[in-house]
Amino acid sequence: MKRRDFCKKSLLLAGGLVLPLSALELFNPARLLAERSVPGDSRWIFLVDTHKCTGCGFCVKACKLENEVPYDANVTRTWVERYVVTKDGNTHIDSPKGARDGFLTAQIDNNHAGMKTIPEDEISKAFFVPKLCNQCDNPPCVQVCPVGATYQTADGVSLVDRKWCIGCGYCIMGCPYGVRFFHPVHHVAEKCNFCYHRITQGLKSACVDACPFGARMIGNLRDPNDPVTQVIMTQRVNVLKEEYGTKPQVFYLGLTREVK
Amino acid sequence: MVHGEFWTLKEFFVYPNEYIYWSIQIVMYPFMTGLVAGAFVLSSLYHVFGVKQLKDIARFSLVFSFALLPVAMMPLLMHLMQPLRGIEVMLTPHFTSAIAAFGIVFTTYGMIVAGEIWFVYRKFFVESALALRAQSNRSAFDTLRLRLYTVLTLGAWDISEHALETDEKAVKVLASIGIPVACFLHGYAGFIFGSVKANALWMTPLMPVIFICSAVVSGIALCILTYVGSMELRKFLYARKRSQNPALPSNEELKSVETSVVIMTSKYLVMFLILAISLELLDLIFRTYTAVKSWDILRAVIYEIDFVKIFVVQYGLGNLVPFILLLLPGLTVRRAVLATVFVLIGVFMMRWNVVIGGQAFSGSFSGFMHYSLPIIPHNLETFREGLLGALLVIITPYILFVGLANILPVFGEGKED
Repeated sequence: MKRRDFCKKSLLLAGGLVLPLSALELFNPARLLAERSVPGDSRWIFLVDTHKCTGCGFCVKACKLENEVPYDANVTRTWVERYVVTKDGNTHIDSPKGARDGFLTAQIDNNHAGMKTIPEDEISKAFFVPKLCNQCDNPPCVQVCPVGATYQTADGVSLVDRKWCIGCGYCIMGCPYGVRFFHPVHHVAEKCNFCYHRITQGLKSACVDACPFGARMIGNLRDPNDPVTQVIMTQRVNVLKEEYGTKPQVFYLGLTREVK
Repeated sequence: MVHGEFWTLKEFFVYPNEYIYWSIQIVMYPFMTGLVAGAFVLSSLYHVFGVKQLKDIARFSLVFSFALLPVAMMPLLMHLMQPLRGIEVMLTPHFTSAIAAFGIVFTTYGMIVAGEIWFVYRKFFVESALALRAQSNRSAFDTLRLRLYTVLTLGAWDISEHALETDEKAVKVLASIGIPVACFLHGYAGFIFGSVKANALWMTPLMPVIFICSAVVSGIALCILTYVGSMELRKFLYARKRSQNPALPSNEELKSVETSVVIMTSKYLVMFLILAISLELLDLIFRTYTAVKSWDILRAVIYEIDFVKIFVVQYGLGNLVPFILLLLPGLTVRRAVLATVFVLIGVFMMRWNVVIGGQAFSGSFSGFMHYSLPIIPHNLETFREGLLGALLVIITPYILFVGLANILPVFGEGKED
């Protein structure tokens, strides 16, 4: 083969290789899906009424079972924190096993620092705060994923593609709320997804269904008649760590400055 | 056991999912890339800025930088939960992520270094191939070498004066492009950390610049150290071979070359050391002075929990001691070696204090996490992210370097190029 022929043929080959790649763009499944569904008919949001939470941990238990996060593994998609504020102004926080079994003792579990007993007459206030993924409008975890394995759906939920995640942990580092972890079985990033498989089928998330006190509610911000939307529109709600600019979409009633 | 649980010890309130997810290999990653970038910058001082005294170490550090290059991504692969999918970073990069640019920056840099090495050694490849071809009865090994050098010439056999001049120009151009790319390669490693807004210790725009400066410091230090090490080895080998081949340079010759190279290079080391310390102190002072929300917990980490690691080992042993050692008059090779060892320890501790220190406190600012390095592995996880994994990363560039040094003449001894 002459050099000229070789050059010609290799250009042809390179051109030929590029063509199918551009053809694939025509059948971008994500775009097809987006075009098929009516855009903007839902935006999932969550409401936590901390006044109603008793720290029973049913939500954590239900979540672990529903989403197949190994029951005894020390990671969880949702958890409940206990806050005990003493009269000297100190705040004591714990969440043993994510409160999967509730809070079995009045002592504060300080992990390696041991259990701390707080005399009842020193307590000025105490309450529980359930935590879960905030499904941020500006999710830092989606921004930092190097391969696009974590993505935000049109209805506002951030999901992880277990087949694509490389397990670098950058999203775990990027989340200010500490909701992400490595799944002990699949060895990829894992997080709360508002039970996406349930809410898209008209069900409520497992934690909402499991809560006996109605402390957890899930709703659709685009539906003005949704009870959650109405609470958010009419009452004084707050969100966690607004200063990170993540625009969290889990709203809290009764949030105080002590909550981390 | 959950990933990270084995080596994380929690104290007070830490979110249930928080562990030290980025462990020793992520300490190794900026450390190794830093060495790559630093070694390259050192070689460029000669090729671009014409610092003649560095000629000897320039070739050496260029090849060494190339040997270090594959090792820069080794810790990343070893840390991934799905190492087989690591290639996806190159194939399906998601460009809003700082890590996604890694493939592009890394390959660009690799090509520049490979290109530069090729231009520097092209004359040698041609001459070696021609000399081997002229041999009448070649051994199988020589035939192999002939094939290798023939391939390495890439068909460019012209070694006329004019062609060599063009080579030199190309080296200069590549080295000039290489400096910003090397700085980018490493500054961007700093950006990976500096841009994590969720981490109070990492998030600072100074991070990339601090990383570049300490990279150059560590790169130069390792080059001095390895250079001296290999010179000592050669003194030893030549002493044995000299009886058969009297043309080999004498020990005194080697020694004088070694001393002048080491003293000259140390000056650049001190320069970059001053820059690195200034920036790190600026960062610390700024944090102390502004004392934003996260300062309470950061103060506890910096001044209490990690005090020894930061102030004694990193700043004291790793910065102050070598600074004094290098600036005291009458610098000897031995003292320079001691100083560079301290410098390397200091830079390593700086990476450690950033990566591990950044995870030493909970995102709730109400608790701490302590890291204990797995020393004896009991499964793959504790091997990959333990002492042995880190040692593997440290040893690999030397194995590669020995391989490269067998193909390329790395040491010039001040002879003609």
